[in-house]
Amino acid sequence: MAVETTTRAKLRWGLLDVLVVVFALIPVLWIASLSFKTPATLTDGKFFPREWTLDNYKTIFETDQFVRALINSIGIALIATLVAVVLGAMAAYAISRLDFPGKGLLVGVSLLIAMFPQVSLVSPLFEIERQLGLFDTWPGLILPYITFALPLAIYTLSAFFKQIPWDLEKAAKMDGATQAQAFRRVIAPLAAPGLFTTAILVFIFCWNDFLFAISLTSTERSRTVPAALSFFTGASQFEDPTGAICAAAVVITVPIILFVLFFQRRIVSGLTSGAVKG
Amino acid sequence: MTLPATPTDTAPEKSSASASVPTQRGSRRTAPLSENKKAERKLGWLLCAPAALVMVAVTAYPIIYSVWLSLQRYDLRFPDQREFIGLENYVTVLTNEFWWTAFGVTALITVVTVAVELVLGMGLALIMHRTLVGRGIVRTSALIPYGIVTVVAAFSWRYAWTPGTGYLADLFSDGAPLTERASSLAIIMLAEIWKTTPFMALLLMAGLALVPEDLLKAASTDGATAWQRFTKVMLPVMKPAILVALLFRTLDAFRVFDNIFVLTAGGNETSSVSMLAYNNLIRGLNLGIGSTMSVLIFITVAIIAFVFVKLFGTAAPGSDDGERR
Amino acid sequence: MADIVLDKVSKSFPDGTVAVQDVDLEIADGEFVILVGPSGCGKSTTLNMIAGLEDISSGELRIAGQRVNDKAPRDRDIAMVFQSYALYPNMTVRENMAFPLRLAKLDKETINAKVDEAAKVLELTSLLDRKPANLSGGQRQRVAMGRAIVRQPKAFLMDEPLSNLDAKLRVQMRTVVSRLQKQLGTTTVYVTHDQTEAMTLGDRVVIMRGGAVQQVGPPQELYDHPRNLFVAGFIGSPSMNFLHAAVQDGSLRTALGDVPLGDRVRRELEAADAPRELILGIRPEHFEDAELIDDDTRRRGLEFDAPVEIVESMGSDKYVYFTVEGERASAAELEELAADAGSADFAGAGGNLVTRLSAESPVAEGQSRRVWFNLEKIHLFDPGTGRNLTLHEGRAAGALAD
Repeated sequence: MAVETTTRAKLRWGLLDVLVVVFALIPVLWIASLSFKTPATLTDGKFFPREWTLDNYKTIFETDQFVRALINSIGIALIATLVAVVLGAMAAYAISRLDFPGKGLLVGVSLLIAMFPQVSLVSPLFEIERQLGLFDTWPGLILPYITFALPLAIYTLSAFFKQIPWDLEKAAKMDGATQAQAFRRVIAPLAAPGLFTTAILVFIFCWNDFLFAISLTSTERSRTVPAALSFFTGASQFEDPTGAICAAAVVITVPIILFVLFFQRRIVSGLTSGAVKG
Repeated sequence: MTLPATPTDTAPEKSSASASVPTQRGSRRTAPLSENKKAERKLGWLLCAPAALVMVAVTAYPIIYSVWLSLQRYDLRFPDQREFIGLENYVTVLTNEFWWTAFGVTALITVVTVAVELVLGMGLALIMHRTLVGRGIVRTSALIPYGIVTVVAAFSWRYAWTPGTGYLADLFSDGAPLTERASSLAIIMLAEIWKTTPFMALLLMAGLALVPEDLLKAASTDGATAWQRFTKVMLPVMKPAILVALLFRTLDAFRVFDNIFVLTAGGNETSSVSMLAYNNLIRGLNLGIGSTMSVLIFITVAIIAFVFVKLFGTAAPGSDDGERR
Repeated sequence: MADIVLDKVSKSFPDGTVAVQDVDLEIADGEFVILVGPSGCGKSTTLNMIAGLEDISSGELRIAGQRVNDKAPRDRDIAMVFQSYALYPNMTVRENMAFPLRLAKLDKETINAKVDEAAKVLELTSLLDRKPANLSGGQRQRVAMGRAIVRQPKAFLMDEPLSNLDAKLRVQMRTVVSRLQKQLGTTTVYVTHDQTEAMTLGDRVVIMRGGAVQQVGPPQELYDHPRNLFVAGFIGSPSMNFLHAAVQDGSLRTALGDVPLGDRVRRELEAADAPRELILGIRPEHFEDAELIDDDTRRRGLEFDAPVEIVESMGSDKYVYFTVEGERASAAELEELAADAGSADFAGAGGNLVTRLSAESPVAEGQSRRVWFNLEKIHLFDPGTGRNLTLHEGRAAGALAD
């Protein structure tokens, strides 16, 4: 009896699981499927390709437009992530371990920014960046990315830092460690997972942005892939860009899938502890 | 991977000294500042300064600047006509039917998607939290919509509904669902819901994890049905998490842009306020009107946030550790 | 191996708060000294100053004859065991224990040999490759000990190392600690708030209160000859009974009857500034069922009748709780002790009298019973200063001493 009910419960849960997985994956599989279709079968309306080809991928990697955008995307997201995590870690350390007036204000301000309507910044930033010569440059995108990634970084990192048993530092000193050794060999290894998780979340945020990317860029010089996608025309003006767009879309989805596959646990813990989306 | 070498390297010395005398802390806090305390303050400010500076420089200053721009006639196509015109832009925008249509569309999308996401997200959270099999797989696949680039997902939906190309296009008999207002809005909302339900579910799952297992067992032995356990035991414990999730998703939904841009480009009266502001600014190059809309959107979001915080008080986000920040 | 000397060591904060005041203490080489007291008494701060984790405000700390006030913890060559064990979660048991040796730059073979040896002593050999997260509380505690002993430091400092263990394990580990310390003969300073640990473990016990040392001595001496009310109430379980006593015509009026006074105490009470009211203290084991004693013994004490409230039979003897009428003894020390113990556990100052009677006593709950108590074992305290008036040249002599 008991065995039977648990099997049935398992079946029921399994069914729900399948539902979730299918729901989550269909759009991704669909765009991947499109990217492998030949131009002839592209408009057959079938979910899975009848003829497979890699031509779409060849095409995009041969066009400067995409390669350039990919480099921009990677470079801008990496730099913004690096800076946001370093600045965020400093602030989060202070918030989680030190007592100083203005702490509540900082947390409040970063919370406000997390909820800030980004489009409200587009007009003034557009004008300010044009005046400063930052328009259509890497820093022109990196700056707003850092700003909107910082609340996420600060929240997630404070939550992680609060869990570190800082007493270990004392223990390390008793064991004969210098201040630097205690940090390097005891505290740093414990803080690393939190920093890494935060970096992933921040990277996903920067990688994802579209509004700033199309508003604050105008050429291939700094246009990132999401923005470039909407300007995509394929190899020549007269070709249907669908296949190329899908291939490019799949390319920028790959890192996300990899992150999710390998670091699912960490991403979940990071998102739920910080409880903030950028 | 970089480690914040400077802060962590120098700081613990001071704080560990004060932390190791817990019995003395209370009395020290009220007393005049000691050397340790001053150093701790200084270090705290020093460490927070860079982050605070960047955040303020990139948000506070531009917002003030955009208020200034909104009081001017400023069209980049006619830079000579730039002049101070007071609140005229606001009159223009607030009496414009496009603005109110966009506002209505945004409000509709916000209300519908957040409501649907709350229900679906709760279901997904329960599945992720309680499923007996394949927890890892479910969580992993749920993270994919969260992580995927919105524009990519939007393209996927667009092609899915494109006549001829898409596997879903035939669901509407007369084809081309993205050229009609009602179906376009429905598709936009579907795309939004698909993308952000997992995030909602993750926040709710954090709340679910706070419900003590013993409490549910006690409720069962007290004779509560599954539904009663959910409404009488789980929901009250989860209330703060639900409010946080609602607040974040509401404000996030209000800035809907990417999906509309790719799916309809705002055609057939499907523009959101963000879309409209973008069009006036980048396509129309009208800085004055664009800034006015920016300010109005900012005010609306501020009001929503204020109402949430007022209504739900200390349960608002940021009050972690039960401490109001 | 080394001796540790605290010479007028104080810890104060710039705002004037004093955590530790003028502590003088000489800990001999190889000695096992316990610092004990209620929370906030300064015992942990004292230990942290010896460790070097906290600065010394004034006074001098010498280890092996050398002044170490300004030395970093790593240069003092002492090991510490923390209450939380402070095991490095990212390292295995072996790596945890090897950590201080690796910092000391010993070669691999020596490190391995030393770790293996320490592991053997503490029965950790089979756990060496586990991470702390996969160990039980007792195992973690032993790893923490292992990490301390492995580098053969000049001294061990232990900060409430057993207080996170359950009661049974705590008793077990107590003997482990004790045996280990005797085996290694390393000077040890051990902080605890548990007076049972203090009594059973140490060669000498230092009782602290409010940052100051109250009394230093071997456990038995503190038990038999407490210098003041605080020490008397702190040491002993169940704790000493305290009764209000009024000085009247050369004797003491108490709830247990009139207690006669010997010449010496009487002389002391005749001084102009002597208190008119005292606190009488008597330990549970100095009571006996009046039926069970011989006449010779009877002459040395007093008898009284009281209703029996509760009888707890321990097999070897009986704890009997009596209700006594009369004014309660009151003093700052007693309130502090009650607060520390959680007033339920500290019956000393209440309306209850705790006695330990022979197992043969036919005492039963609800009855009234005649009980004898030993006048030679009575302590009398000045409620104002807490001083033990029956103490003469460090020995307590009871109420009748001449």
